[in-house]
Amino acid sequence: MLQIKNLHASIEGNEILKGINLEVNKGEIHAIMGPNGSGKSTLASVLAGRDLFDITDGEILYEGKNLLEMAPEERAREGIFLGFQYPVEIPGVSMMNFLKTAVNEQRKHRGQDPMKSSDFLKMMREKKDLVEIDSNLTNRSVNEGFSGGEKKRNEIFQMAMLDPQLSILDETDSGLDIDALKIVAHGVNKLKSPENATIVITHYQRLLNYIIPDKVHVLYGGQIVRSGDKDLAIELEEKGYDWLRKETTNQ
Amino acid sequence: MAKEKDQDKILQKYTQNEYKYGWVTDVESDTLPKGLNEDIIRAISKKKNEPQFLLDFRLKAFRHWQQMKMPDWAHLQIPEIDYQDMVYYSAPRQKAGPKNMDDVDPELKKTFDRLGIPIDEQKRLAGVAVDAVMDSSSVKTTFKEKLAELGIIFCSFSEAVQNHPDLVKEYMGSVVPYTDNYFAALNSAVFSDGSFCYIPKGVKTPMELSTYFRINAANTGQFERTLIVAEDDSYVSYLEGCTAPIRDENQLHAAIVEIVAKDNAHVKYSTVQNWYPGNKDGKGGIYNFVTKRGKAQGNNSKISWTQVETGSAITWKYPSVILMGDNSVGEFYSVAVTNNHQQADTGTKMIHIGKNTKSTIISKGISAGYSNNSYRGLVKITKNAENARNFSQCDSMLMGDQCGAHTFPYIETENMSSIVEHEATTSKIGEDQIFYCNQRGIDEEDAIGLIVNGYAKEVLNKLPMEFAVEAQTLLQISLEGSVG
Repeated sequence: MLQIKNLHASIEGNEILKGINLEVNKGEIHAIMGPNGSGKSTLASVLAGRDLFDITDGEILYEGKNLLEMAPEERAREGIFLGFQYPVEIPGVSMMNFLKTAVNEQRKHRGQDPMKSSDFLKMMREKKDLVEIDSNLTNRSVNEGFSGGEKKRNEIFQMAMLDPQLSILDETDSGLDIDALKIVAHGVNKLKSPENATIVITHYQRLLNYIIPDKVHVLYGGQIVRSGDKDLAIELEEKGYDWLRKETTNQ
Repeated sequence: MAKEKDQDKILQKYTQNEYKYGWVTDVESDTLPKGLNEDIIRAISKKKNEPQFLLDFRLKAFRHWQQMKMPDWAHLQIPEIDYQDMVYYSAPRQKAGPKNMDDVDPELKKTFDRLGIPIDEQKRLAGVAVDAVMDSSSVKTTFKEKLAELGIIFCSFSEAVQNHPDLVKEYMGSVVPYTDNYFAALNSAVFSDGSFCYIPKGVKTPMELSTYFRINAANTGQFERTLIVAEDDSYVSYLEGCTAPIRDENQLHAAIVEIVAKDNAHVKYSTVQNWYPGNKDGKGGIYNFVTKRGKAQGNNSKISWTQVETGSAITWKYPSVILMGDNSVGEFYSVAVTNNHQQADTGTKMIHIGKNTKSTIISKGISAGYSNNSYRGLVKITKNAENARNFSQCDSMLMGDQCGAHTFPYIETENMSSIVEHEATTSKIGEDQIFYCNQRGIDEEDAIGLIVNGYAKEVLNKLPMEFAVEAQTLLQISLEGSVG
């Protein structure tokens, strides 16, 4: 589904991603871990199409298509979803109106008619139940006045509504208490299917107690320095990132 | 950086968005020569077959105007206006007033069709009574008979002068005297038409009353005046819309709106102002100098102004309320958008005179391109205005880094029992907000539409339904792509 080949990206001349290689297939959950500043969020932003970064080398193929040539909204309509680390507030814009616009853009892209209001409301109810999110969130303006936890839950709810092929969750666990963490993890697990894939970006291993990844990658200094299965995350939690720092320096 | 290049591209694309009302209608018109002097004024008055008192009023206003200077206190760069190089009267020529739709000049009808004005029969279902004013004269007032059954008078100003001279004489200039300001004096001297509306005691208008103003002829100023009188316990919701063709030269629009609200009367006045704003380099466009004022004269009376201002090269406009009656209420809800080289200095005055008077001001300014957008507002609590209250909220939103937003609030309080609150915020449409929308599949245009309409929602919600939709679209068209 997704192939990242030798990806280099920089911002204002500083290279942040220094040759990333990654392959994600349908039905898989990948975890990308790493210390602060290793390039995790940059990778997420580049995949979503944020234009703050210059891509200096490499390529990204998504379903065989050149992802880097696509506008951010096109990527979204093609099924890429980014769960933001810091979801922004849009005052005065109701969640309902926002999501309806988003869903209908996606439908238009697929050549479908806009959704009827009654069907849309029904879908909202179903998805809310699915990801166990209380309904008052959706009666408010987009993220306005939401607590940190509510914002993250709202991201998962939007993910449910848009039913993406490839979800990238950027530090969705940061700032969550254990109950909120469980709700988010539960949502991700519920939405998993053999047809879609998820990349979970996290600093801590604890989220991976609730979401079992098929593959774990460690991003360090703009490169993936190690890949493995879920045990790698546990090893990392025990030994800390310093262990890797030493190893990479030794190499 | 690549980002900036993209922005420029988008900015360019949308700021070159064509003004969709910019055509010219080819109708024969009856036009007086250019220039302004007593002869011209006498000629206007004669053409309109006016009673002596009106001619006297015009001449007094003109003589007063000659003593006045153009105001320069606004935060506006106003090029010199040559008042002698302008036509003060131009009316579409037609046979002695249309009796029904068949009598209206087909070209004219086409114009109003293109504007989407419900002037023809089928649109009656929309339930809006319309008085359409093109250049200087009122073309047709719909629904007149139906309104007349309720005793409501809704007609062009000229007709009111002919048929209800006593009402005109009593109320004209009672809220905005011709001495009020430079443009009010000018309008009082040369006004050619406008709308008149009288709601008798206890009557609530069953539909929105609507006036559509259009400047068509070249080198012509439009000077209309509107007078609304709401007797005790009455209610009226009044809508005003405006457009003009694209022309390279600037055209002057100096209007007066006067409202009188008696005991328990409620007048709601809504405007969507979309005069031609000039092109992207600031060439052409309407100079819009308007005096709008309501007198909440009766106890428990209420006057609400709602305006969506997207057009005009220069806007100078302060719809105000004089809160005379005890417990009277004044409201001002405004969205003012400036883009490219547009300039707006707009706001309100709330003059509290009666006891327990209450005013609310919600102003939302949006500036983009190279434009300048100022809020100027006065809240005045006079000595006897016990327990007066005001709440003001002035928000500015900036798009790009070449535009300006300014707030000039004036508060004068002479009564210690009053409570005056003022809140102001300035925000910038964020790249982050746009990207968030992009990531959900919403493109830049729609994202800006969503964000801006969200920002202006408190005001848009105050508009009657049929206007709200138009206003939302207008906001989006006026601003798309101006993000920075």
